[in-house]
Order: sequence, then C-alpha cells, then structure tokens
Amino acid sequence: MAATRTVQFKIYRYDPDKDAAPYMQDISVELEATDHKLLDALVKLKAKDDSLAFRRSCREGVCGSDAMNINGKNGLACLTDIDSLKGPIVLRPLPGLPVIRDLIVDMTQFFKQYHSIKPYVVNFDPAPERERLQSPEEREELNGLYECILCACCSTSCPSFWWNPDKFVGPAGLLAAYRFIADTRDQTTNERLDNLEDPYRLFRCHTIMNCVDVCPKHLNPTKAIGKIKDLMLQRAV
Amino acid sequence: MKVAKRTFDAVIVGAGGAGMRAAIQLSESGLKTAVLSKVFPTRSHTVAAQGGVSASLGNSEPDHWHWHMYDTVKGSDWLGDQDAIEFMCKQAPQVVVELEHYGMPFDRLDNGKIYQRPFGGHMSNFGDKPVRRACAAADRTGHAMLHALYQRNVRANTQFFVEWMALDLLRAEDGRVLGVIAMEMETGDITVFQAKATLFATGGAGRIFASSTNAFINTGDGLGMAARAGIPLEDMEFWQFHPTGVAGAGVLITEGVRGEGGILRNSAGERFMERYAPNAKDLASRDVVSRAMVTEINEGRGCGPAKDHVLLDITHLDPNTIMTRLPGIREISIQFAGVDPIKAPIPVVPTCHYQMGGIPTNYLGEVVVHDQVVPGFYAAGECACASVHGANRLGTNSLLDLLVFGKSSGESMVDFIKSEPAAVQDIPQEQIDRALARVDRLDTQKDGANVHETRAAMQRTMQNHCGVFRFKDMLAQGVDKITEVEAAVRQTEIKDKSKVWNTARQEALELDNLIEVAKATMVSANARTESRGAHVRDDAPDTPQHPNGRDDENWLKHTLWYKEGSRLDYKPVKLKPLSVETIALKTRAY
Repeated sequence: MAATRTVQFKIYRYDPDKDAAPYMQDISVELEATDHKLLDALVKLKAKDDSLAFRRSCREGVCGSDAMNINGKNGLACLTDIDSLKGPIVLRPLPGLPVIRDLIVDMTQFFKQYHSIKPYVVNFDPAPERERLQSPEEREELNGLYECILCACCSTSCPSFWWNPDKFVGPAGLLAAYRFIADTRDQTTNERLDNLEDPYRLFRCHTIMNCVDVCPKHLNPTKAIGKIKDLMLQRAV
Repeated sequence: MKVAKRTFDAVIVGAGGAGMRAAIQLSESGLKTAVLSKVFPTRSHTVAAQGGVSASLGNSEPDHWHWHMYDTVKGSDWLGDQDAIEFMCKQAPQVVVELEHYGMPFDRLDNGKIYQRPFGGHMSNFGDKPVRRACAAADRTGHAMLHALYQRNVRANTQFFVEWMALDLLRAEDGRVLGVIAMEMETGDITVFQAKATLFATGGAGRIFASSTNAFINTGDGLGMAARAGIPLEDMEFWQFHPTGVAGAGVLITEGVRGEGGILRNSAGERFMERYAPNAKDLASRDVVSRAMVTEINEGRGCGPAKDHVLLDITHLDPNTIMTRLPGIREISIQFAGVDPIKAPIPVVPTCHYQMGGIPTNYLGEVVVHDQVVPGFYAAGECACASVHGANRLGTNSLLDLLVFGKSSGESMVDFIKSEPAAVQDIPQEQIDRALARVDRLDTQKDGANVHETRAAMQRTMQNHCGVFRFKDMLAQGVDKITEVEAAVRQTEIKDKSKVWNTARQEALELDNLIEVAKATMVSANARTESRGAHVRDDAPDTPQHPNGRDDENWLKHTLWYKEGSRLDYKPVKLKPLSVETIALKTRAY
C-alpha cells in the first residue's frame, strides 16, 4: 500500500466565463495512504481549488461519468490506480468532443449516435402474460455487449469518430447496435442492418482497435462491428 | 436574476429507476412530460444495484406473493405499512415481466425463464426456509434495469433535461404543488418548470455518512426541497448499513454473493452467523448481519492488522459460478480490495447503504401529510416512504419498490392530470425568490465556511453518533453537533463564481439538502427510545418484556420530522393490508 505522498498534475483548464483560451495548470496534491484511485486525488484537488470541474458519481466504474484522457489514454478516473501513472499526471478532457469547461465535454454528438441505432428491443408480437423465453445460450450472446456504461472512452479514442462524429456511429453505438441484433427477442435485424448500410455509419471502422484498448469494462466493440459486417455480407449473398 | 418559465403536464425530478419507470407511464399516455436529472439518466445510482429484483415468479421452486409480503413485513420489524407492502408484493411479478418485455437482459434458467437466486430474508411458506426469489442479470441487475428503462424512454420519446439540478419545490398558497425551479449546469440559467403534477424520484441521501456505498450524487435533493417546502420527512432514523461494503473503500459487494453460497468469517475462520441466526445464517436480514459483524469486531474477532473488518469467503465456490454469476464482484474486489475472490476472501465492513425513510406517500405514490394528500405532488423510489421498508429493507426490495411505485405514481399522475381543469395557477413570486436567494447568497457570501470541510464535519458526526449501534448520550450530543454544522452550512462560501458548469456551487446547494436529511435523522433517532430494525440503542436492550428492545406499546408508529422548529410528530402504522389478514406482531428472529 502506498504511503503519504505528493503527486504532481498537469491539468487542462478552461472556463469560458473567464478564460480567453485553455491552458495547462501545474498543481500538486498531498495524498494519504488510503487514496488509491485517480478520482480520490481529483476530489482532494477540488477541496484545494473548488473551481476544478469534472463529472463523477458512483466512484466504482458503473456509471460512466468520470471518463477523461489520462497521460494520453482514455480511462475512468475511479478505476485508475494513481501509483500506476507516471508523473506529472497529465489530465485532459476526452478528445474529439467540444469542451464545456475543464475536464467536462459536450457529449451531445455521442448520445445522438447511440440514439440513432434505436437502442431498444422491438418485438411486434402481443406481449405475453409471462416473460419471453430465452435459453441460457441465447442470453449468453448478450454478454460483452449489454455491460456498456456509455462512458465514451472508446468513441473518443477512435480516429474515425474524430473525423466524422456526425456520420460514423462510433464503437459505443455500434456495440449497442449489435446488442439488439444479437437479442433473440428483437425482430428487426433487417431494419437494423439497413440503418447501418451506408459508407459512413458502419464502414468507417478501420479496425484500429483503440476502442478495445481503452474500454474500462473490457468490452470489444471491434468484434461486435465485425459480426455486424459478417451479417451484412451473409445478407448480400 | 432572469428566470425563464416552461409549462408541462408533468415534471419528474430524477432519472433513476423510479423516475424513468414513471416517465414511461406518462410519455406512453401522450402527456407532455419533462424529466430533470443532475446526471445523464444511465448514470443515476440505480445503476449500482447488483444482486436482483424480487418477485414471486416461482421459476425455480414454489413461491407466493403472500410469503414475500410476510418476509417484507417481518424484515421491516412491523413498521412497514401492510397495505403498501401487499400492493408491492402482489404487483411484483407483473412489473418484472414488463421489464423483461422492455428488453431487460435477465439471466435465464435452462427452461428459458428468468433466473432467480436466494437472498437475505427471502423465505418460503411464511418464514420456513430460503427461497429463490431474486431475479438477476448476473451481479449487474441495476445497471441492466436502468439501461432497459432508459431505452424504453428513448422509444417513448420522453423529454429529458440532462444535467439540470432542481433547486426548490414550488407551492401555491393552498399547498398545491405547482412544479419546481431548476438550474441548468452548463449555463447556470434558472428556469421554472410549471406542471399539473410533480414527481420526486431523487433517490437517497447516503452521503450524509462518512462511509457509504452511495454515489457522490446521492445528496437527498428531493428531501431537502420537500423539507424546505413544509413537507415532513418520515422515519428518517432508519438507515440500512449493508453488511458487505469493501473495507476502506465502501464500495458495495452484493448480498447475492451470500445468495450464491458466500460465507462470512471472523479472525478465527469461524462462520459466526450460525450463532446469531441459526436458521438463515449468512442470509439473515441485513440489520441482523451488520450488527453481528460489528459485535464480532468489537469483541476482538475482526480480521486484518487493525482487526477492523471480517471476511467474505467464496473461495469454496466453483470459479465458473463466480465468473458467470458474480463477474462484477470479482472486478470490484480486484480493483478496490486488491484480492481475487476466487483465491482469497474479501475484507468487508457494514457500510451505510439505504434510507428507509423519506417523503411520506401512500401506495399510489401520492405525497400525504398524515392522511391528507398534497395535490399535485408525488414521490417514488428511495426518496419516498410508502412505507414498504419500515425499519429495515429486504435486499432486492429497493429495485422492486422503484418499479412498482414508479409505475403507480405515474398512473396516479396520468389520472390526476386528465381530471384537472386546463387552467393553471400562478406561482407565488415569494416561492421563486426563496430558491433564488440560496443561489444569490453563494454569489455574495464572504468569510464563510468551506463546503468540503463542512460536509466532512457532517459526515463524521453522523458516522460517530448515529451508526450501526446507537447510544443514548451520543445521540443527544449528536443533535447539538449537527445543529452546529447546520449553522455553518447556512454560511458556506465558494470561491468559484463562474456561471458555466460550476460544480462548487452545485456541491454547496447539495449540502443545503444533505444537512436537512442529517438533522432529520439525528433528531428522529434521538427521540425514538426503542430498538427496532436498523435503529438499535444501548438504552433499549433485549428484555423479556421487550424482546430485541422493541416497544410496540409506545413506538409502533411512524416518525414525522418537520424542518420548521425541527418539530417531531407521529402517525400510526397501517397494519391492515388491502385484502388479506394482518400479519400479526411477532418477535423477529432468523
């Protein structure tokens, strides 16, 4: 266990209410032995300087609030061990999205893409009295898909999403698209594939795999995208 | 300050499970509905629920809603209202099936039905033996549920106001609720949301304690707003300490771990729950298990160098079970305890987890003061007190609570809105000014108290004076101390005056809400001179006349705390269910 120590930070700061331009702030913080995660340090920093703005909520990696760029790589502050990071620790907002303030980005475009894949089960049969049946094997197809926390680490690490955030669905949205295609209760696989049949929406994925590298939940959007591409091929022949 | 105004049929504050379940009801009825949330909906704290949602589906073995009702009444130590409990347990199978139809990825049995696991206090045949009643999606049930509810709302085109913080409840002179006033985080702009019906689904306030499984956002905003608007808070002395928070970190480890066969052990390696609950053992009710753990630690049988925790052992389980049924727990243990539970036990301590009390409602989700309905005002989920959890909540009944009462409050709101005349009353200006004054004070306060330090002082006071075991003298001192902290809260000062995403301002406004909850808790706990459920005092011990220290003659009643003058009042427990016989008072044992 790490003892009391001082940790140095370089943090991207920008408050449009008072700053003409963004700047990097050098700041350090004393940490106690019980501070393990980057979020612990950010909370301490905020106690020192209450103007530092970042999102956070559950502090256990399930809500997806505190995604940021940490020493050049996207991740969740609450799941990142401080002692695993080389100092000074450089914190920036997620790349590729407009910055609102400090480490807070405008996620409108990210959620617009998520919504564009119609993220809900569509089933035209009248609702039965009881649950729709699904075998354990069918349910297992959803593993590695439904656990997404919409933190945007993946999409904002993807060069294709940086270039075309308005046209390319991005890894998070495509993972969700496959989650509904893979669900035996959904009856609109064809429509879902039609919705992605476009030079940009799906096919801008060039399997760079940054998404897989950064996902804090260890999910694999590239694999899901590959499966959608396979289904499109199967449908074409 | 310029205040914009928007008008809706309904406004919902909070986009966790309860708020979003209600929103489905309203949006699908074609009503113009605004849902306000401090965070993007899928970041609400429902997301952190792990183990399951209870419903007597009987997928693995016979079960019945009446047995579920019995367990809930017993779990509540008879403080729960039996009409609301019957309603909830009877509705459970239907709301869980609806959730499945929305797309919830429940785990499955070989026959394709929803997988169910055992959980604390879930018994068949009126307390006979454990039954599988908790419907689960691995150990991520809350996450799966919250996303399914959000997705259904996307389909229903619900209008969300994301990253808006409600500041205060707006009431007419006759007490009717007219909506809320709220602030947009991104701009600092303030808007009045006027509506015929207003629902609070703002969650709990676990952050009043220093050690809590709760998220940073769980600051009791709905309770603070209700208290300031003259609504009493019910049964606030009852807080659930979850037996298994990760020692040091506070992060939750689901009771589902024990449901899958996990065992609590002391420093001697002993399965100590056999001594405290010979029948249910590790699956006794949460208050019982938490007290047993603290007793073990206090008597020197804690583990680790400081002997300050016990161990949750699943090393005897098939690693495959851990990987498939408890994958999230394994991740949390590795991340926050530094142990892989396949190889070594997890260090755990009781940690503040759930607020049984809240804004008083009936089972239709209507807010009631005594039996008087407050027109236009509804509450559901953890911020509400229906009361189904009484003095102690059963595991998995919280996710059920938000489905059942999210739905029933939504239905009540639809009926109310449709029966109301079109004209809406003007909002009295002084109601708006009251909220603006709190924001203005933060812009001008000088030489005030530091928000971080004041909040920490409140959390320490609650932790030390109002924990798992409570002491007469400590409670009395606690009331004085929390009143001192309250004075500091009235003078908090922030350095950041920016209009844009000012989280310092947000935290100061949240502290205004937390302190109301903390004070309500301490004052209510100090006054209740019996032991019941999660509220156990040294001066109300187990005696033949009062087994477990419970005093039904004097204390079988709900507490009501009013902010004005910190006044207490009481109301009777509803012992009469809707259709079945009363579940008669009994001494609680597991």
